Amino acid sequence: MSGILILEQALNGLQFGLMLFLLASGLTLVFGIMDMINLAHGALYMIGAFLTAWLVQLTQSFFLSVFLAVILTSIFGMLLEKTLLKSLYARDHMSQVLATFALILILNESVKMIWGTDLPLSSPDYLSGPIEIIPGLMYSSYRLVIIATGLLIALFLYLVVTRTKMGAWVRAGASNREMALAMGINIDILFTAVFGLGAALCAVAGAMLAPLLAVQVGMGENILILAFVVIVIGGIGSVWGAFVGSLLVGCVDTMGRSLLPFMFREFLPPQWAGAAGPAVASILVYVLMAGVLFVRPQGLFNQRT
Amino acid sequence: MSLHPHQSSPNPVPLAQTLGVLAILILALAMPFLLDKIGLDYYLGSLTKMMIYGIAACSLNLILGYAGLVSFGHAAYMGIGAYAVGILISQGQVNAWVDISFSVLLCAFLALLMGFICLRTKGVYFIMITLAFAQMLYYLSNSIKAFGGDEGLSIKSRLDFGIQLSQKSDVHLYFLVLIFLILSLYLIHRIMNSKFGQVIKAIKDDDVRVDSIGIHAFKYKLAIFVIAGALGGLAGALMVNQQKYVSPNLLHWTQSGTLMVMVILGGVGTLSGGLWGALLLLTLESVISEYTLHWQFFVGWILLAVILMAPKGLASFSALWSARSKGRDQVPKVKTIKP
Repeated sequence: MSGILILEQALNGLQFGLMLFLLASGLTLVFGIMDMINLAHGALYMIGAFLTAWLVQLTQSFFLSVFLAVILTSIFGMLLEKTLLKSLYARDHMSQVLATFALILILNESVKMIWGTDLPLSSPDYLSGPIEIIPGLMYSSYRLVIIATGLLIALFLYLVVTRTKMGAWVRAGASNREMALAMGINIDILFTAVFGLGAALCAVAGAMLAPLLAVQVGMGENILILAFVVIVIGGIGSVWGAFVGSLLVGCVDTMGRSLLPFMFREFLPPQWAGAAGPAVASILVYVLMAGVLFVRPQGLFNQRT
Repeated sequence: MSLHPHQSSPNPVPLAQTLGVLAILILALAMPFLLDKIGLDYYLGSLTKMMIYGIAACSLNLILGYAGLVSFGHAAYMGIGAYAVGILISQGQVNAWVDISFSVLLCAFLALLMGFICLRTKGVYFIMITLAFAQMLYYLSNSIKAFGGDEGLSIKSRLDFGIQLSQKSDVHLYFLVLIFLILSLYLIHRIMNSKFGQVIKAIKDDDVRVDSIGIHAFKYKLAIFVIAGALGGLAGALMVNQQKYVSPNLLHWTQSGTLMVMVILGGVGTLSGGLWGALLLLTLESVISEYTLHWQFFVGWILLAVILMAPKGLASFSALWSARSKGRDQVPKVKTIKP
């Protein structure tokens, strides 16, 4: 185990964490402002990836496809909010969970009917090669693009939330919904806008991660649960919490999976290390969550007043 | 009864309900013979599976319906209960009473640990945390190669129940599961009609008030969480016998979702709601999947329609019906009670 390997895995963790942040930030705002649990958030991530893969076949251009897919997914998300999810705001959490669970079944099956269970998608050719960032460390240029995209979007979100009128509404809504309502914030528009933004961020994450993982039905649910872990750690309604939580979860998960087996081999007999490494790595994120909850049941940066 | 209102028991069971339960019981007992007569004995296995899911869904209803705690990780207990029995059988321990007790106790202990952390949180947090812990166990079961990893464990023999039961007989398994189902429902009935059950219902309404009158709500929540987990483990232990196979899929989060769907279809916070929901959902699944590969699409729409239009599931129909019949009875009743 060398310094280079650790650095490489840390970069992978950062890259995964930033994409996780794109999902978690939308999700945490929907939770925080609308007090709504939306399991179908992961389905938007899947739709973004499928749309990109499909559009690449049509347009032959990766980034144009990502751009179009983000817009289409955002429109789809807003339509979904206007037609269906809106009627769930007033319902209890269990109805929201079950209705959005039903929505997952419907959307997954619809995608299967339209495109099949999976689509091929690879990163553009000019980004396929690795480049040397520091002497001795060759790193995938596509992953660097993901990191740059993630950081830019995080900065953009930070500016929107802290510097714009809509951001002020969002912060007001997350910290005290009733009071924000009483102050005359137009929640109809705000909710739809937040939902559209969340859907767009999902699509970016889906499209960017798709060449690394796989475009397949069910891809949304696995990452959704990690996004939940992020929100629990970061605190509901806090974009900053989602950012910190995402990077923590991304790094712990990625580095745990790649480095733990090495570490176990140092201390444990090989037959034990081979079995324990993957097992411990697979639950590390959840242990982290349990630890945070035990100390702070409301998450690290809770926005609720 | 209406002439002596003070002497009647607090929860009089109407005659119609008693007769209904008896009729269902007789039907359930006669089912294997009926199916055999009409040549559909193939479906006995499906019916057994439905009853096992019924036990799991009814146990989930304890926390979800009665206590109002939206737990999204109930599949964990079913899965761990199933794995416990599966592993014991593959190690050569086939005594049913030993294995089932072990898996029930293991799940109770697991629920104690998970409840201790999860119940510190509320609302959306609670949903997400129960989901995350269940998912953690799912990944764990996937990654432990000694227990089959992602391929799962095949079980060669069913449990040995000691009494004269042939190992292979599906009919015997059906009756065993039926007995466990009846015992579970009776247990839930007794729990919910006890003082303990009253506190649980009060917690659902307002746990801060329960705390403020000097009852430690957390302890009660933890207790009901543990009971529900133990019953979920029982369902898992029975499931191994039905399927002769354990795989991580039993712990997958969609299983938790399915159990919740069963509860809401059958009726939240009703004794047998989970059972009816399990029967309805699994029947619906198998009927629709005869016609189309994309059955999930249609099940999704049906589910969505139920949640939006009949939020209490089947219970909303029976409530409607009983409200109407009550209305019929009550008009003269009010007159006779007049002092």
